[in-house]
Formats: sequence, structure tokens, C-alpha cells
Amino acid sequence: MGVKVIIPTPLRVYAGKRDSTVVKATTVGEALVSLTTEFGDLRKHLFTDEGKLRSFVNVYVNDEDIRYLAKENTPTKDGDTISIVPSIAGGSGLFYCRR
Amino acid sequence: MATVPVLKMSAEIAQKIREHGARGYPNECCGALLGRDADETSAATTGGDVLLPAREIFALFPLVNRRDDSPHNRFSVTAEDVRDSEKAAREKGLDVVGWYHSHPDHPARPSQYDREHAWPWYSYIIVSVANGQPQEMTSWRLSDDRSEYACEEIAIRDSAAK
Repeated sequence: MGVKVIIPTPLRVYAGKRDSTVVKATTVGEALVSLTTEFGDLRKHLFTDEGKLRSFVNVYVNDEDIRYLAKENTPTKDGDTISIVPSIAGGSGLFYCRR
Repeated sequence: MATVPVLKMSAEIAQKIREHGARGYPNECCGALLGRDADETSAATTGGDVLLPAREIFALFPLVNRRDDSPHNRFSVTAEDVRDSEKAAREKGLDVVGWYHSHPDHPARPSQYDREHAWPWYSYIIVSVANGQPQEMTSWRLSDDRSEYACEEIAIRDSAAK
């Protein structure tokens, strides 16, 4: 038994189409490292090039937002569930696309 | 081999997005797209292009733009709003397959800011609103390497033909 990490629908394609995985971790940070080690293609969608969690990526442990706990140092134990939820943002400005 | 995503919706859904954009003007509006991808086995191949399974929008979940500091050129949907959208989708037997927002007095093209705050897979619809009137509507998907958006074809289906 370990920590269950639920993989958000848009990122399942980078995790072998799985909707969750179980990792051994004592903190959220360890769990995310373990997750992105198992599924390397997930890393760039969760972390910046500098290795920081992207600003729009929110992480919950058993429905508690880690921002209000100890962020990535939030402790985890067997049986906990980690959810990854994006906040959505955007706006007009410099264009960035191809047609 | 290129992939050409297709996003289907009824004329009514398209009209609702345009109306939300007009109603929110001069600020940006936003909302969730509730729908589902067709079975992968239905994907077709034509002229060398592999068509991804068509995605269809069946309902919208309009949201409040949480950006009150610069709502005319930015929008924000909180994680709680995202969770509420996912709950609304589940209750309808659907998924949140993307998001829509408006660009008041700007073209319906994704910005660099849009790109930095997006995930692949989601469809991102943008409706341009000029002087309060909805104009062009486009849809985009972020590439796997996060480097660019590719245009997604919007297919408006006849509301009588389900």
C-alpha cells in the first residue's frame, strides 16, 4: 500500500492511459518526483524547466490544497490520495500559434 | 504524418459561447466545455492525415472570470471551479474536454500567456468580440512539447441531426 496519485484526464496519455498510480512517498514532493520518474513525459506539464511546480498546477492531499499545508513538503502516508488539478488562465496578447 | 483534430458542436452550443462573449464584453468570459471523444476506432484516415477521434461538445458550464485586476485581457478559472466543472460533467456522463474564453477587441488567436497556462489534450475555444459583437470563433490544442498551438477544426452540426 502506498500513496495513490490520480492522474488528470488531459495527462493520461503521458502515463500509459492510466487514471492513477501508486507510489511510495513520505511527502508530496517525493510523490511527484516518483510519478514523473515513472512517467517522464508528464514532467514538462507539471514542472517548469527550472523544476518548479507550474503556477497553474494545484495539488491536493485528500482534498486539502497543499498551498495551505506545507506545499511540496506536505507529509503523506500510506492510503493518502493525491489529486492534481489545473487552474485555467489565459488572455489576449502576443499571438502564439500556427494554422 | 499530420493529425487534424475535429471539434463538433451544435449551432446552439456555438451560439451560447458567442452570446457569453458578448454579454461579458468588454471583459473576457470563460467556461468549461463538457463532452466526450468518439471511440478511437471511429478515427478515419484520409489523404495521408490521421484524423483523431472526433470530439463533441454536448453542454457548457459557464464560469465567472476570477481576474478582477485585468479582466479585459485576462481570465482565470480557479481549481475549485475546475473541480465544480468536472463534477457537473460527471453528472451528465461527460468529461471536461476543454475551455472557452473570449478575446475582447482582439483576434481569436491564442496568446503566449494562453500557451504558458495550458495543457495538451484540452480544446481551447477562443471567440473574438469586437465592440460587443461576437466575431470569429476558433479552437486550439497545445502540442505535446508545449511549443505551439495547432488549430482544431470546429464542425457545427445540424441541430436536427443527432
